[in-house]
Amino acid sequence: MLQPANPSVSIQDLSLNFGAVSVLQTLNLDVADGEFIVLLGPSGCGKSTLLNCIAGLLDISDGRIFIKGKNVTWEEPKDRGIGMVFQSYALYPQMTVEKNLSFGLRVAGVPKDEIAKRIARAAEILQIEPLLQRKPSALSGGQRQRVAIGRALVRDVDVFLFDEPLSNLDAKLRSELRVEIKLLHRRLKNTMIYVTHDQIEAMTLADRIAVMKGGVIQQLDAPQTIYNRPVNRFVAGFLGSPAMNFLNGGLEKRDGDWHFAAEDLRIPLATYAFERQPVPGPAVLGIRPEHVAVNSGMDWPFTATANVEVVEPMGSDTLVWLKLGKQNFTVRVTSERTPRNADAVGIGFDPMRASLFDAQTGNRL
Amino acid sequence: MVDLVASLPDARALRSAASGPSGPKPRHALSRRNIFLYGTLILVAVYYLLPLYVMVVTSLKGMPEIRLGHIFSPPLEITFEPWVKAWSSACTGLNCDGLSRGFWNSVRITVPSVILSIAIASVNGYALANWRFKGADTFFVILIVGAFIPYQVMIYPIVIILREIGLYGSLTGLVIVHSIFGMPILTLLFRNYFSSMPEELFRAARVDGAGFWGIYLRIMLPMSLPIFVVAVILQVTGIWNDFLFGVVYTRPDTYPMTVQLNNIVNSVQGVKEYNVNMAATILTGLVPLVVYFVSGKLFVRGIAAGAVKG
Amino acid sequence: MSKSERPTRLFRNLNAKVASIPMILTALVVFVGGTAWTVLYSFTNSKLLPRMSFVGLDQYYRLWATPRWLISIENLLIYGVISLVFSLVIGFLLAALLDQKIRFEDVFRTVFLYPFALSFIVTGLVWQWLLNPDFGVQRVVRDLGWTSFAFDPLYNSSIVIYGISIAALWQGTGLVMCLMLAGLRGIDEDIWKAARVDGIPTWKTYLFVIIPMMRPVFITTLVIIAAGIVKVYDLVVAQTSGGPGIASEVPAKYVYDYMFFAQNLGQGFAASTMMLLSVVIVIVPWAYLEFGGRKRG
Repeated sequence: MLQPANPSVSIQDLSLNFGAVSVLQTLNLDVADGEFIVLLGPSGCGKSTLLNCIAGLLDISDGRIFIKGKNVTWEEPKDRGIGMVFQSYALYPQMTVEKNLSFGLRVAGVPKDEIAKRIARAAEILQIEPLLQRKPSALSGGQRQRVAIGRALVRDVDVFLFDEPLSNLDAKLRSELRVEIKLLHRRLKNTMIYVTHDQIEAMTLADRIAVMKGGVIQQLDAPQTIYNRPVNRFVAGFLGSPAMNFLNGGLEKRDGDWHFAAEDLRIPLATYAFERQPVPGPAVLGIRPEHVAVNSGMDWPFTATANVEVVEPMGSDTLVWLKLGKQNFTVRVTSERTPRNADAVGIGFDPMRASLFDAQTGNRL
Repeated sequence: MVDLVASLPDARALRSAASGPSGPKPRHALSRRNIFLYGTLILVAVYYLLPLYVMVVTSLKGMPEIRLGHIFSPPLEITFEPWVKAWSSACTGLNCDGLSRGFWNSVRITVPSVILSIAIASVNGYALANWRFKGADTFFVILIVGAFIPYQVMIYPIVIILREIGLYGSLTGLVIVHSIFGMPILTLLFRNYFSSMPEELFRAARVDGAGFWGIYLRIMLPMSLPIFVVAVILQVTGIWNDFLFGVVYTRPDTYPMTVQLNNIVNSVQGVKEYNVNMAATILTGLVPLVVYFVSGKLFVRGIAAGAVKG
Repeated sequence: MSKSERPTRLFRNLNAKVASIPMILTALVVFVGGTAWTVLYSFTNSKLLPRMSFVGLDQYYRLWATPRWLISIENLLIYGVISLVFSLVIGFLLAALLDQKIRFEDVFRTVFLYPFALSFIVTGLVWQWLLNPDFGVQRVVRDLGWTSFAFDPLYNSSIVIYGISIAALWQGTGLVMCLMLAGLRGIDEDIWKAARVDGIPTWKTYLFVIIPMMRPVFITTLVIIAAGIVKVYDLVVAQTSGGPGIASEVPAKYVYDYMFFAQNLGQGFAASTMMLLSVVIVIVPWAYLEFGGRKRG
C-alpha cells in the first residue's frame, strides 16, 4: 500500500461511538496532497460519517485528524481549510447564486474586491457566470450542484469534501458532472475526498478507493487493484455488475499441484498467485463474468460445459446466465459470441484472473 | 527514569501529548451555553406551570387561609371540601347542584358530537379523495374558506334554522352545530389522509367488485385508525372547551360545563369562594388535560392538522 | 357501449353524492347562505326579530358612532398586535431553544403546550385569579416589602387589554412553538452543515438563512393567529366580562350582546359583517400569495 510521505489529510486512530454503538473503529487514513480519494460502501458503512468527522461536523470519540500537517481535531469546520459539497446541494434558497457564494466570505470579513475576484474565478471555472443573479429555485439540479461546488471553491481551501454530490441527479446529468468533477480536479489539483455508493463514480474518479463496511476500511488501493485483486469476499462482491461469480468448493493438492474442487469440477491453480501458503480445506473461488470465455475454441487452463438458463442481450454485450453443475454462473460475452438456441455451452477461463477466498474468514488466499 | 517507565504503557497519551489535541473536544456540562439554554427553558417552564400550581394549591386551601396568605404559598392544611362543593353544591343563579350537571351535559354533548362529526367528515373526505364528482371540489373550497368566517356571522341564521326544525335549545341542536363547524378541518384531515393512501389499493378493491360503502367500511376504515385517533383528540378537546355555541344554542339546564363554570365563578351574588372557583376550574380543564397528557405526540399531530382551522 | 345504456349524469357516482349531502348543505346553506343572510339583514333595522325593512347603511353609521364599538376595535387592534408579535417571537425563540438537541425535549414541549389544551374560559379564570390585586401577584410583591407596587391590569381600564393579552399568550404560544418547531425540523440538515463549514455564526444562520426559509411557516402561523384574534370572545367573558365598565370589550362580544341581550339584531349583524370584512382583509392577500402566486411560478 502506498503511504504518502507528506499527507494532506491524515486520520489517526479515529473512533466514533454514538452511545454504545460504534460507528467508526480506530480508523487510519492518509491522503496525499492533490490526491482524489473515494470512500465507497453500502449505506450505513460509515463513509458519510467519516467525511463529517473530517469536516468537523461531528465530534469524534477518539483519535486525531491532521489537515496540511496541522492538528485540527478540535477546530471548528471553518478553520480546517476545507470546502464541502452536499448531496442536497444545501444552497441558501433565499439568496442569489452570487450571495450564496459570497455569504461565508462576507461573514469572515474578506475585502470586497477579493470576494469579487474569487467569485469571478469560480464562476469562470464552473461556467455559471450567467446564473449569478438567479436564485437556486430557478436553477436545474446540475446547475445547483455546480453552484454548491462553487461555494467550496471560493473558500480557497486545500481540501474538498464531497458527500454523495451526484446522487440527486438523473443518470445522464450524473455522468456529465462526473466528467466535470474529474476535469476540475485535474485543473485545481486539490486534495479531494469523495463519498459515494456508486461504484462507477468510484472507479472513474478515484486515484485510490477506500472500500468501507461496518465502520472499517476494508481495502484502500487503486481502482484497478481493488477490482482485480479484492482483499476479501465483501470487496469482491461489492464491486462489479453483474457481481463476481462465486463457486463454493475446496482446495486440494493433487499430483503436487493445487486444485480448486467443486462438485466434479477440478480447476488447476498453477497460474494463480497465492497471497499466502495454501492449506487444503473449504474455499470460495471468484471469477468476474467478463473474464470467462464462451465457445472460444481457445485452449484455456480450465474448461467445462455449462447449461444455459437465460440469455440477456444488453446491446453492446450479452449476459449469459448458466448453471455450472448446481451453482449459478454468469458470463459476459460480446454480441457476436452470444450462444443461440443452445442448451449447453463450453466455457473457459484462466485461474490467474480468479480470486480465492477462505470460506470462513472471506479473506483472499 | 522511574517516571518514564511508569508512563510507558500509556503510549497513546504520550503520543497525543507530543502532537496536540486528540479525541473528543472537551465539553463541560456546565458550559455557558448550557447554563443559558437550560436556564431559560426551565425559567419559561416554571412560568408555564405556575398557573396550574396556583390552581391546585388554591383549591386545597380553606377560605380563611386564602385571605391570610398569598396565592403561591402551599396549603398549611389540605382540604378537599372545595372540590366536593364545586362538584355537587356550587350555585349558578337558580341551581345549586354544582358542576356535576354541567359535566354530564358536556358528556352528553361531546360524545354524540364527536361521533357524528367524525362519521360525516370521514365519509366526506373519502368521497373527495376517491370518488370525486363534478362540483365536489367547489363545495370543498367553500367549506375550507368557511372555516375562516367568524362564527358570529353565522350564529343567528343557525338559530333560525334550528328554531324552524324545532331543535333550538336542545342538545341535538348543539350536536348538529358542532358537526357543522367541525366539518371543514375534519374533512380536510380525512381527505388528505385518504389521498395519501395508494390509489392501487382502491382500484384493486373496485376490480374485486366492492362499491362505495364496501370499500369505505372494509378497506379504508381499518387502515386509517391513526387519523381517527387524531380526529377524536381534536374534537374532544375542541367541543369540550367550547363556550360560544354552548351559551347560544342551549338553555340554562342544558349548559355545558364551560358555561356553567363561568357562571359559578363570575356570579355576582354571594361571597366569592376562590378555593371552590379554582377547584371548579381544574375540574373543567381536567378532561382536555387528560386527553393531552395521554395522547402526547398524537395531540401535536392533531393541532398541526387543526392549525389550518384557525 | 351504446349511449342508452349509460346512466344519466345525475345518478352516476350516486353514493358519493348522497354521502356528500351534509357537506353540500353545510357549504351552501350555512356558510354561503348564512353569511349572505347576515350581510343582507345588516342593512335592515331588525330589532328583536329579523325584519326586511331596509335602512341602507344606517346600522353601520350607528355602529361607528358607538363608543363601545370603537373601544372594541381599539382593543382588538392592541390585543392583535401584542398577540401576533409576542407569540411569533416567543414561539420562535422557544422552538429554536428546543431545537438545540436538548435533553428532556419532550418534557419541555409538553409543558409549553399544555395550556393550549385548556379552554379560554379556564385560562381566563386562572389568570383572573393570578392577577387579582388582593391575593395575586400584586399582593405577593407587596408582601415582599415593595408596598407601593401596583399590578392590577384587570381592574385598570387603561391597561386591562394587556392583562387579557398575558393570558392569551400563555395559552397560545405553545401552539406557535409547535408549528415553528415543525418548521425548523423540516429544514435540511445539510443547510446547517453548509453554514458551519462557511463559518456563519448560529444567530446569523437563523436570521439570514433559516428564518427566510421558514417564510411559509410564518405566513401560515400568522394567518392562524390572526383568525383566532378576530374571534376572541370567551377569554374576555371569563376574565373581565368586558370590564371594568366597557374597557375590555371586543367585537365578538359586541355582536353577541347586541343579538341576544340588547335585542338589536341589526347592530349585531352590522358588527358581525365588519368582523367578516376584517377577516377578508387578512385572508385574501394570504390566499393570493399562497395559491395565486404559485401558478405564476
